[in-house]
Amino acid sequence: MAVAFDEMNGLGGDLRPAYEELSRWLKETPPDALEYRRQEAELLFRRIGITFAVYGDAEAQERLIPFDVIPRIMSAKEWTLLEKGLKQRVLALNLFLKDIYHGRDILRANIVPEDLIFQNPVFRPEMNGQDVPHDIYIHIAGIDIIRTDPENFIVLEDNARTPSGVSYMLENREIMMRLFPDLFARHRVAPVERYPDELLSALRSVAPHSASAEPTVALMTPGVYNSAYYEHSFLADKLGIELVEGRDLIVKNDEVFMRTTEGLKRVDVIYRRVDDDFLDPLTFRPDSALGVPGLMSAYAAGNITLANAVGTGISDDKAIYSYMPDIVKFYLSEEPILKNVQTWRCREPQDLSYVLDNLADLVVKEVHGSGGYGMLIGPAATKATIEAFRDKLKREPEGFIAQPTLALSTCPTCTDKGLAPRHVDLRPFVLTGSSHTTVVPGGLTRVALKEGSLVVNSSQGGGTKDTWILSE
Amino acid sequence: MLSRTAENLFWLARYVERAEYLARTIDATLRVTALPAAYIGKTNEWDSALLTAGVGPTFYEHHEEANERNVVEYLSFSDANPSSIKNCIEAARLNSRSVRTALTSEMWDTINSAWIELQGVWTKGGTGSREELAKFLRFVQETSLRFDGSAYRTMLRNDAYWFSRLGVHLERADNTARILDVKYHVLLPEEEHVGGPLDYYQWTSILRSVSATTAYHWVYRETLKPWLIADLLILNDTLPRSLASCYSNLVRNLDQIGVAYGRQGASQRHARGVRNRLEHSHMDDIFQHGVHEFIQEFIADNSRLGEIITKQYLI
Repeated sequence: MAVAFDEMNGLGGDLRPAYEELSRWLKETPPDALEYRRQEAELLFRRIGITFAVYGDAEAQERLIPFDVIPRIMSAKEWTLLEKGLKQRVLALNLFLKDIYHGRDILRANIVPEDLIFQNPVFRPEMNGQDVPHDIYIHIAGIDIIRTDPENFIVLEDNARTPSGVSYMLENREIMMRLFPDLFARHRVAPVERYPDELLSALRSVAPHSASAEPTVALMTPGVYNSAYYEHSFLADKLGIELVEGRDLIVKNDEVFMRTTEGLKRVDVIYRRVDDDFLDPLTFRPDSALGVPGLMSAYAAGNITLANAVGTGISDDKAIYSYMPDIVKFYLSEEPILKNVQTWRCREPQDLSYVLDNLADLVVKEVHGSGGYGMLIGPAATKATIEAFRDKLKREPEGFIAQPTLALSTCPTCTDKGLAPRHVDLRPFVLTGSSHTTVVPGGLTRVALKEGSLVVNSSQGGGTKDTWILSE
Repeated sequence: MLSRTAENLFWLARYVERAEYLARTIDATLRVTALPAAYIGKTNEWDSALLTAGVGPTFYEHHEEANERNVVEYLSFSDANPSSIKNCIEAARLNSRSVRTALTSEMWDTINSAWIELQGVWTKGGTGSREELAKFLRFVQETSLRFDGSAYRTMLRNDAYWFSRLGVHLERADNTARILDVKYHVLLPEEEHVGGPLDYYQWTSILRSVSATTAYHWVYRETLKPWLIADLLILNDTLPRSLASCYSNLVRNLDQIGVAYGRQGASQRHARGVRNRLEHSHMDDIFQHGVHEFIQEFIADNSRLGEIITKQYLI
C-alpha cells in the first residue's frame, strides 16, 4: 500500500499551513506534559461517565472510547468545500427517498435497479405514498468522510438512520478546552457548541400540522443498556427535552402521548434513536418491547413526526451507495462534490469475477453490515479467511460489495512510542430543518489506534480526536 | 415530568438512604459487639442487625447462624441480598443513568464516583480488615451526605426535587421505625433491667445508628432512658430522623407537588393523616397501647404511602 497522505505533513513531509501553530506548540511541549494531560482527559471522561457498551462483551460492559489529545485540524477553505459537498449529498438523499416512496422517477429512468429497492429488507412499504413534513426524511445525517490526498473528500458511508457520535464531538471539544486553553488561544477554532440549538430548531420546524405553536419534542432511546445511551441522555439534556423509552409513550386516537406525573401529555416530534424494526410491535417486530404499539398508525395519520423518518435505510444501504454519484446528478443536475469510493457490486457478474480474482487486495463488506463487523480486509487477512470469504461471496454475491484498500489519511497521534501517524476518518453531522440545512463546523474524527490499522470503529478499538475547523 | 423519571428519582433517593442506614447499622453493631460480654448480654447482635435491615428470613435461607463475618458480608457486599449496600449503590447508579437529565452534575458525580470507587472493594470480594471495613462504612455514609448535600444545594426546587425528597423521607421513616421496633423487642422483655448497665450500651447503639447521640443529650439533658429515646425517635419533630420529622417533610413535599400540579390526591390525604396521628400522640399513650403495635402500624401506614404515591404519580 502506498504511503498515506498525512493531514499534518502532506505527502512529501511539508508541513501543511493549518498545522503550523500546532507543530510549534508540540515542539515546545515536553512529552510527559502531553502524557499527563492525556491521563487527565481519561479521568474526566470516566467521571462524566462518557462510556459506551460493547455488545457481547460481558467484562467491559461500559468502556471508554480512547481519546487522543492531538487535534485534527482543517483550514476554512477545506471546510467550505466539504460543507458544500455534504449539503449537496444530503439534499440528494432526501430527494431520493421522497422519490422512492412516491413517484419513483429514478427507477423508471433506470438509474437504480428496481430489485435493489423492492427486495431490500430496509425498504419500508409502509412508507409508500406517505407524506412527511416538508419532504424531509433525513433530519440528522452522519456522513463518513475519508481523504487520500489534499484535494478530495471521499464518502465512505452515508448514515441516514440513527447516526451516533455527536456527543463525542461536543464533549471532546469541552475537554480539550479545559485541558489545552493555551493551545486554543493560539488558534481560531470555529465553535461547535450551537449544535444542540440547531438540532432543536430543526426538529421543531418539522412538527406536524396538528401540533400546537410550541411543539413538544422528545428523544426516544432503547434504554440504559443501549450502547449509545450516554449520548441519548446527553442530547436530551442539552436540548432540554424529555428522554423517553417506549414504555413512557402511549398512542390514543392516533396521537402520541407521554405518561407524566401530571397525566398524559401530547408529543409532536420524536427524535428517535431506536431502529425502524423496533418502533412499533404492531407493524414491525412483534417481539419488540422497546417500541410503542400504534406509533406507526399515529405516524400515518400525520400526528407525529419521526426524525429520522421511517425507511431511510434504503438510502444509506451499501448496495445503493455505489449509485450515489448518479443519484446526485439525477436529482440536482450537478456534478457530485464529494467523491465515492470505487465500488464493485458483487451482484453484477463482471464485478464479481474481478473481486474473486483480487480478493487479497480488496475490502469486502456486507451490504447490510455496520460497525466494521463482518468485513474482509484483503491485505490484512490470512489465506484461510480469504478462502472462507470466497465461498460466502459465491454463495450469496448480492450480499456484498468490494472496494479497493484505501490509504486513509493519517494524523499525528499519541502512542506508546511517542507521536506517530495513525489513520483517521471524519463524521460530520448534517442537520436539515424546514428552512435550511446546517453543518456545524467540525465532526467526529475517529482514529485507528493500532499501527497500520484502517478500522476506526469504536467497537473495534478505534479512538476519537477533537476536530478543529480554523476560521479565516 | 415523565412518570418514569419521577419513579427513578424517588427510588434513587431511597437506595442511597438505605445504603447509609445499612452502613450505620453495621457500624453501631460493631461497636456493641466489641464490648465485653458482660455489657451486652446474651442477645445475638448480628441477628438483630439483620432484623433491623428487614432481611432476616432471606439471610437464614443461606446461613445457619448469624455472626460478624457473614452478616457484614450479607449486608454489605452480597449479590444474593437485593438490598445489600452493594446492590443499593448499583441500583442507585442504574437509576441515575436512567434519569441523568433530571440530576444535576454534582449528584451524578457523587453516585458515579462512589460506584467507581466501590468497584475496587467489590472486585476484591469485600473488606479484609476491620480498619478497611470502617473506612468502607464511612465512605458509604459520606456518599449519602454528599448526595443529599448536592441535591439540596444544586437542584431546582421543582417536582424532580420533591419526588427525590419523598424517597429520602419515606425510606428514612421506615428505617427509624424498624430499628426502634427491633431494639424494643430485644430489650424490653427484661423490663427489670431497663436502665441497667447492660441496656445502656444497647440504647446508645440505637441512637448511634440514627446519629442522634448528641441530639439526645441536648434535648433531654438526662441519662439514657428508653421512653425518652422512643420519644425522640418517634415524636420529636426537631430530630431529622424522627418519624414526626419525616412526616412533616413528606407532607410538605407532597403539598408542593399538589400546588404545582394544581391538584391534591390520595397521597396528600394519607400523609397528612399519619402526620396528624404523630402530632397528637403522647408517649404515655403509645406505651399503654404497646410500642411494638404502634410501630407496626406505622410501618404499614408508611409503606401504604409508598404504594399510594406510586399509583398517583409514578406509573
